[in-house]
Amino acid sequence: MAILLTENAAKHVASQMAARGKGVGIRVGVTTTGCSGMAYVLEFVDELNTEDKVFANHGINVIVDPKSLLYLDGTEMDFVKTGLNEGFEFHNPNVKGECGCGESFTV
Amino acid sequence: MVLFTIAEPGQGRARQVIKRKRAAGIDLGTTNSLIAIAKDGKAEVIADVHGQRLLPSVVQYRAGGSRTVGIDAMSPLPGATIISSSKRLLGRGLADIQHQLPYVLQDAAKGGMVNIDTATGPVSPVQVAADILQALVERATTQAGGELDGVVITVPAYFDEPQRQATRAAARIAGLNVLRLLNEPTAAAVAYGLDQQLQGTIVIYDLGGGTFDVSLMRLHKGVFEVLAIGGDSALGGDDIDRAIADWMQKSSGSSGMPVEDYRQLLQQARAAKHALTTVTTTTVRIGAWQAEFTRSTLHELMDSYIETTLKACRRVLRDAGLAAADVTDVVLVGGSTRTPRVQQKVQEFFGRAPLCSINPDEVVALGAALQADVLVGNKYGDAALLLDVMPLSLGVETMGGLMEKIIPRNSTIPVSRAQEFTTYKDGQTAMSFSVFQGERELVSDCRSLAHFELRGIPPMVAGAARIKVSFQVDADGLLEVQAEEMTSGIKSSTVVKPSFGLVEHDILDMIKASIESAAADKALRTLRERQVEAQRHIESLKAALQQDGESLLSVDEKHKLEQVMQELTVAAAGADAVLIERLTETLNNQSRDFAGRRMDAGIKTALAGRRLDALGEKP
Repeated sequence: MAILLTENAAKHVASQMAARGKGVGIRVGVTTTGCSGMAYVLEFVDELNTEDKVFANHGINVIVDPKSLLYLDGTEMDFVKTGLNEGFEFHNPNVKGECGCGESFTV
Repeated sequence: MVLFTIAEPGQGRARQVIKRKRAAGIDLGTTNSLIAIAKDGKAEVIADVHGQRLLPSVVQYRAGGSRTVGIDAMSPLPGATIISSSKRLLGRGLADIQHQLPYVLQDAAKGGMVNIDTATGPVSPVQVAADILQALVERATTQAGGELDGVVITVPAYFDEPQRQATRAAARIAGLNVLRLLNEPTAAAVAYGLDQQLQGTIVIYDLGGGTFDVSLMRLHKGVFEVLAIGGDSALGGDDIDRAIADWMQKSSGSSGMPVEDYRQLLQQARAAKHALTTVTTTTVRIGAWQAEFTRSTLHELMDSYIETTLKACRRVLRDAGLAAADVTDVVLVGGSTRTPRVQQKVQEFFGRAPLCSINPDEVVALGAALQADVLVGNKYGDAALLLDVMPLSLGVETMGGLMEKIIPRNSTIPVSRAQEFTTYKDGQTAMSFSVFQGERELVSDCRSLAHFELRGIPPMVAGAARIKVSFQVDADGLLEVQAEEMTSGIKSSTVVKPSFGLVEHDILDMIKASIESAAADKALRTLRERQVEAQRHIESLKAALQQDGESLLSVDEKHKLEQVMQELTVAAAGADAVLIERLTETLNNQSRDFAGRRMDAGIKTALAGRRLDALGEKP
């Protein structure tokens, strides 16, 4: 069971964490919403919950709750630039279908 | 591909897809009703399962309590009661209804709304409206998927408070959340304004089944401003149908028809009218009698009604200070504007071809749907802001029972106006304010809205106090009146709902009466002003005589003054304004000498006072 960060993604998370000035890592999760069933959650973490799993990647703690981990196991998070946009992207091997915009997915 | 950013703790989870709210516009018409739904700035009328877009505003009540609405309700079953055009009964008492109806009415409790006698027992017009609304909403949920979060229902511009409340009550019975009641012509303007970016000064000519509304509006940068409204809430295609039916009865020599036969006659009249839109002659029959009904006969029957509508147009233009040539566009609304004669007369009047690019039966519902979409929170582009107007002037009663208008008719609301008044008598410490609504010069011809008093005015000579009376009408038509004495700062105020209790034909009657009786009113106003003036002179002379009459006047002089004063008192109670003015002048002249002596005496007293002071310094 693991969640992966690319080196590039870790670099950007680190710089954003430094700019924010606090936090123990980033949370990656899923929530049931969107047009295709589930959507990703990506946020900073200040406090860990007791049931959280923590994965260290290039010095960054990636925190996942056990329920989300079922849907996210093996996911690699990357940082990409496309045209004028830049941001994080998920490569999730569990996904069977995505909605047109990629914001939500089904497993 | 969507790219993510890292959110603050707890906020990433909060992201949800916002559900689009569903709102509909409903045109609850006298003859036909419609429902429309807007999406992304485009509105569409929802048809029923058979593809019918118009729902006839007809409900059939059967013994046992079952009911049908719409086309199915129009074919009579034995023992059933068919209710049509009941919109005219909404919020009305029996006394308000004068025309012949194809069903029987009962008067409700004192001052209440009428009930209609039906096979299921008495039914209120509110219930009929609720049944129609329910049938419309069923279309929206079955044909356009899902429950409605809210509706905008249109009403004629002249609907008064009880009629609007009755409409809201009907919606409540039908289980609807009313976002707003919107005036029908305003809804039409919304439909044209947003669909076609029409700008300028436009007239909405809305001749429906039972009501005629004309609105003069200015469209500027997406803002609709209502400049003036007018119309007749008891004029429409139904009247023309009735005129045709009456003509048929008269021509055939039949009269005193049973209710059911008359209803069928009305249907035949309507069908004949519709037929003449495309052909020039059609056959009508009652029993064995039959005749050719031609366009020229139709024109004869309907021209007086059209002339009434054009009179209202003229008045609205005059209210806004505009000429027909200033109007950039005329919009036709209502099924009756399909009649070629109406289009022709309107074109002649305004000197331009009227707009009818949007279906005149649907334009109101479409506009309402667009507003509903904005109001429920689904904003697209620039939301339109609508301004309303006061149907009648607001003012206070001044001495002599005169109406002093503070906010003139057709002012756009919200509005705030103020005017200064003063005291009438020396040492007056209180003032009472009566708030009136109407167009006439005397308050006895206007409608009383409220009464309040301002107390604690510091005693001053008459005319020295400055009392500022301000009228403020907010966007909901709520009026707040405040009186403030400017030197002391004491205040008093009241809040009233100006439209409450006014039946819209009262409003029309009041406006009409003010025009017809303008000259008489002006003469009355002059008389009252002279009377007040005379009274003021008598009061002050009386006070002066009481004080100095004995010391400064000979018995003869005093007697003479008292005689003129007596004559003026008698005259002031009469109605001869010229006589009152002449006698007031006489009294003025004859008392001038007395006034002079009083002034001299005053100076002497003042000087004597000083001498006393001076004397007082010596010892």
